Amino acid sequence: MTSRRILVTGLSTYWGGRVAQALERERDVEAIVGVDAHDPTVELERTEYVRVGHQHALLRRIVRAAEIDTVVDTRLVVDSTTTSTRLAHENNVIGTMNIVAACSGPESPVRKFVFKSSGHWYGCEQDDPAYFTEEMDRPHPPRTPIEKDIVEAERAVHAFADATPRASVTVLRFVNGLGPTLGTAHTRLFALPAVPAVFGFDPRYQFVHEDDIVGCLEFAVRRDLPGIYNCGGDGVLVLSEVVDLLGKQFAPVLPPWGTGIAAGLAGRVGVRIPPEMLRQLRFGRGLDNRRLKAAGYAYRYTTREAVQAHAEALRLRPLLRGGDEPYRYEREVEEFLRRSPTVRMRPEPRWEHAEGDLDAYDDLDAAALVDLLPSLPRADLEALGRHEATNARRPEVLAAIGRNLARTRPLSGRDQESS
Amino acid sequence: MTVESSTRLPAAPKRDPDDLRDYLPGVEPERQVTDWGRSERVEGALDATVSEFLYRYWFRVDVEGVENVPADGGALLVSNHAGALPPDAAMIAKAIKEEHARPRPVHLTMEHFFKGYPLFSMLLPKVGGVPAHPANVHRLLYDEEQLVLAFPEGRKGTEKLYKDRYRLRRFGRGGFVESAMRARRPIVPIAVVGAEEAAPIFAHLTFLQRLTGLLYVPLTPTFPHGGILGMFGYLPAKLRIRFLDPIPTTQWGDEPWKDRALIQTVAEEIRALIQEELYGMLAKRRSIWFG
Repeated sequence: MTSRRILVTGLSTYWGGRVAQALERERDVEAIVGVDAHDPTVELERTEYVRVGHQHALLRRIVRAAEIDTVVDTRLVVDSTTTSTRLAHENNVIGTMNIVAACSGPESPVRKFVFKSSGHWYGCEQDDPAYFTEEMDRPHPPRTPIEKDIVEAERAVHAFADATPRASVTVLRFVNGLGPTLGTAHTRLFALPAVPAVFGFDPRYQFVHEDDIVGCLEFAVRRDLPGIYNCGGDGVLVLSEVVDLLGKQFAPVLPPWGTGIAAGLAGRVGVRIPPEMLRQLRFGRGLDNRRLKAAGYAYRYTTREAVQAHAEALRLRPLLRGGDEPYRYEREVEEFLRRSPTVRMRPEPRWEHAEGDLDAYDDLDAAALVDLLPSLPRADLEALGRHEATNARRPEVLAAIGRNLARTRPLSGRDQESS
Repeated sequence: MTVESSTRLPAAPKRDPDDLRDYLPGVEPERQVTDWGRSERVEGALDATVSEFLYRYWFRVDVEGVENVPADGGALLVSNHAGALPPDAAMIAKAIKEEHARPRPVHLTMEHFFKGYPLFSMLLPKVGGVPAHPANVHRLLYDEEQLVLAFPEGRKGTEKLYKDRYRLRRFGRGGFVESAMRARRPIVPIAVVGAEEAAPIFAHLTFLQRLTGLLYVPLTPTFPHGGILGMFGYLPAKLRIRFLDPIPTTQWGDEPWKDRALIQTVAEEIRALIQEELYGMLAKRRSIWFG
């Protein structure tokens, strides 16, 4: 199913904002509505922002009124340092319940639901497998508040998927994210000159770059991927290796016994180590990412490359500090720019798949390329025609492009090529 | 699907549609640590010093039938297990490294306990330890085509006292047979003589065990009065490692792991095979120290 009218929750979160930006560049997408309790933090061109409460109670009316066919739920709090336990629970459990309820019902227009979940769903235990696959259950009941929330939220989503066979429901379980703009408990720890660890442990860590987080979510919107998918970069590093790549000092200062108390003391001096992270620092976690790769997603960063990219960003941070003005959302300005008849210079939509990334088509063999052509929109066909004529010049491909162009020729006389 | 004929090694397993082996992460050559946490540096350093010394001069290891370890593809090595701090795992890995025509790293399955105990948790994966989870064994055997070494006796083997030496304990619940069947990879039984005398256990100090939270605290010739290093106080017994003929696991039809009785029978047969071999080797042994 092609998504045309999309609702993005958690617009103010990093992921929500980036996903909305990415979807804005999709030609087929007619409308994007973003909801959140806070203002967006990134600049958006055509996404409509609606402020809602933490519980997302009135979402049903928005979904019905805007005839939303796809919901991208990026709002789950997976890092307990970002907000209080109570607010996280409100958002994660009650919020998910209400969002799912807003999409349910026989007359609901929603046909696709993409849910951003977390690897914390699997927990972190001594007797874990080295790689969790999607079919595995949690071996133990959740231990930390945030894990409880995530398990409960996912349960609501799975119940929705079971009750709504017409909708394709995707659950993406992400490993810890890493990247220049991402602020998590882990990135704050990695920004310290010495990275604290638990003495006698060197846990296995897997990361996903922030661009891949957005990439996975966008991929799930663009394709039909019903089911659960793990999202994480290739490769699992040990913490000492991560710290080494970051160019920091590995400091195993947390005692193996009474670690919780020590972490509490560290919190007093400003180094916050939440309970779910404490478990990771001890036992580590790896996710088997092959299912999403088999579905066609190509990660841009391996775990190692994500760490390296993060290290580069960390080195640049002191130089860039205060460099750019952070984006501030002003409702009146946004409304004026979008709706006022006085505005004459509206920004041109920046469509994706511009010319330039067409080189990959040269490597396809002619028969495969000809089979692919009918699925391309007219503009892409034209671009590909020009590209083929200047590069590979395969006659059968050029002929097939001509045939497809003739078939999709618009009826209006404005098109120059129709003369 | 035809039942495999009696070839010594199984044919290539059939590809099933959700085979994800093509999507395994690639190798990043700059890395010195594998995805399992195995460190080339630590392993190499240990191999060149301690293992080398023990293998050549202390235990003077004799190896027979190392060609029974397949040169490629996954295989599950199954051995008897003994000694306070068992030297058998390291010596089997070293034997394959030294004697095999195509040496490969051996992944050693270890109890989950070690993942939760400081220092063990850090060091054991670095030298090739992998928590003994069925999913880990399957991934190593089937997807990554590696050698996996398992001790089905587990703790019961290492805990047994000197007076019970060379009497194999129960082979768990046959989980190792099930793993090999699911992965359709052969099992290579191994008989090791000498480890029982190298690190004998005379008694268990249950009081210290409770105090430290360790799996067990044994009384050995050098421990606990010799301190932590006393655990490494091996006696120079002659070690003899014999690799037996591989047992293909594809000979029992399509999905043999669903037959619990078959799994138990095969596990028991392998245990008996190793036990018989041990008795044979012990009968020929003239001296504990000189073989």
